Amino acid sequence: MAQMNLLHAINNALDLAMEKNDKVLCFGEDVGHFGGVFRSTSGLQDKYGKERCFNTPLTEQGIIGFANGLAAQGSVPIAEIQFADYIFPAFDQIVNETAKFRYRSGNEFNVGSLVIRTPYGGGIAGGLYHSQSPEAYFTGTPGIKVVVPRNPHQAKGLLLASINDDNPVVFFEPKRLYRASIGEVPEEAYEIELGKAEVVSAGSDVTLLGWGAQMEYIEKASDMAKEIGISCEVVDLRTLLPWDVETIAQSVTKTGRLIISHEAPLTGGFAGEISATISEKCFLHLESPISRVCGLDTPYPLIQEKEYIADHLKIFEAIKASVNF
Amino acid sequence: MNRPEHNAGTSIHQASFISGQALSIPTLRVLNDDGVVIDGAQMPQIDQALALRIYDTMAYIRVLDERMVSAQRQGRVSFYMTCKGEEASIIGSAAGLSDDDMIMAQYREHAAIRYRGFTSDNFMNQLFSNGKDLGKGRQMPIHYGSNELNYMTISSPLATQIPQATGYAYGQRLQGRDAITMCYFGEGAASEGDFHAGLNMAAVLKAPTIFYCRNNGYAISTSTDEQFAGDGIAPRGVGYGIETMRVDGNDCLAVLLAVQTAREYVLAHNKPVLIEAMSYRLGAHSTSDDPSGYRSKEEEELWAKIDGVLRFKAWMQAQGWWTQEQDDALYAKYREEVLNALKVAEKVAPPTLNELVSDVYSDVPTHLQQQLSELKQHIAKYPAHYPAAKESH
Repeated sequence: MAQMNLLHAINNALDLAMEKNDKVLCFGEDVGHFGGVFRSTSGLQDKYGKERCFNTPLTEQGIIGFANGLAAQGSVPIAEIQFADYIFPAFDQIVNETAKFRYRSGNEFNVGSLVIRTPYGGGIAGGLYHSQSPEAYFTGTPGIKVVVPRNPHQAKGLLLASINDDNPVVFFEPKRLYRASIGEVPEEAYEIELGKAEVVSAGSDVTLLGWGAQMEYIEKASDMAKEIGISCEVVDLRTLLPWDVETIAQSVTKTGRLIISHEAPLTGGFAGEISATISEKCFLHLESPISRVCGLDTPYPLIQEKEYIADHLKIFEAIKASVNF
Repeated sequence: MNRPEHNAGTSIHQASFISGQALSIPTLRVLNDDGVVIDGAQMPQIDQALALRIYDTMAYIRVLDERMVSAQRQGRVSFYMTCKGEEASIIGSAAGLSDDDMIMAQYREHAAIRYRGFTSDNFMNQLFSNGKDLGKGRQMPIHYGSNELNYMTISSPLATQIPQATGYAYGQRLQGRDAITMCYFGEGAASEGDFHAGLNMAAVLKAPTIFYCRNNGYAISTSTDEQFAGDGIAPRGVGYGIETMRVDGNDCLAVLLAVQTAREYVLAHNKPVLIEAMSYRLGAHSTSDDPSGYRSKEEEELWAKIDGVLRFKAWMQAQGWWTQEQDDALYAKYREEVLNALKVAEKVAPPTLNELVSDVYSDVPTHLQQQLSELKQHIAKYPAHYPAAKESH
């Protein structure tokens, strides 16, 4: 075991994947010599050469189109989009190409080896264009997997699983935690199964569900609730597409209450999908309405970020309201 | 549909390529490296008043950039970007326009909005995201904009303004406006699909646009040799059938001449022009960046020697239009003005919480009124945790 922050864990996973398989390539804007603007690909060009870890021209649609071609050819591309806010020029390549490559060709061709890594989320004074959480645009796209880790240990295991998975994965990295989240990480390669949620801490009164950086606020709210005698079951969804209905349904069947929290705006957010499915599965076990604690339905603000965020206090209030319903 | 004359012209009967490097576009220069007018060079239309306005803007931007980089290091603002090294390119080009022309910039062109009359208070209110910011504190520092000054508010995503500039200019032409659109972007942004879409549409639809590429050598850490393989951005204009010129971006007179000539052409023919200004980003990409990881001090020093502000100043002095005493006084005046404006702006209250939900739509829809009301109730429960609780209602 070693102490790593989330960036080191990502870097370590990429290093191990490149070491094991020389078909693995890492590329994107400023990814090469500089090691990426957040330094997640630091040292990889020195170690594996300019042909396997390199800067691309500044074109997101080009990066993902290029990656689709590489994946179809049999290479293992790990493409970085510098900020999730800048993924949209590549939206066509991801939604119409990456996601449908296998289906449209009857599996004559596929891009299952592709992983798209991109930092997402707020809390860094980034304003409109360095803060967004666009996961729900992708969860509506059958054919890709969507994964979001919450800490260094999860990041390494989920990233290695994503690289080895035979389906294309959009891997959202919580940039607020890149340096802030530090933990014990095994030095060797390991995988955390995609499509499985994790019960982070067991409880009996209410299920709190989230993913990525939002888990910090959820755990903090859970601690506050504990002090007033409310027992929360904290669950990290980890993979949003396809998502682990069974684990969430089991938890809600036990607690009778569900609060889902994400950074992205409320309307059209992935919490709505979870809420609909769980009310179908667990209707007779519910003690209170499923509630959502999310970003407001506005673009991500700058100066009012603190007010905007779905923080621990808002989640704590939702917990009390759910239990006292 | 291809026309028959494409086949009727020159033909060859042995397979051979036109070299990818065949089109090598020369660079327009008026001043030499020391700021002396090159023999036989065409001069732009410039008198003492215009020269003074240009130089005044150069001095102001140098002071502003220096002051705000320090302010960022002191933790007073979260982020900053300078246009150091490109002042001659940006100000010289802005000076070749009419104030009615729309400017759609990338983000490193604040010298152009200053040239149009953006005040120290305007700058500081945006940088401090306070309640007097025209953008209502919603965007990161340096995202300026002003309807009054015909300067479109900056958007962080790269190259998105390029096809927009084509559309804006097309509208100007249809409405018979005696104005054009000036579109700034970097050589890195020219790799985005929006660049190709915007230039091709402008050529086909006859949009009165000047596409002004600031080739400053770097897109964050990525140098031009990792960005493109051809002779810069200029030959692409020719590929789209667009009149194209390359200019020394550190030569303010050449830039002014290029833009004056381009503007005249664009208005006379209702066709776009592409200008590629060759310069160098002397500063870091932003205050979040450290260029020592990807380029040498020696390289920076080479470019600092042919800095456009120094060359223009030397030319002004040779005209007898400027003295070192005036220079010292101007810098001192702006240092004081900028610092005073900074001290005032950082004490101005932030926008009210209501501004969180305004401007999402033209009116605040019911669901947002509801969300705001719930947010206010929540903040009232935890006033110590939320800065907005300090608002006086």
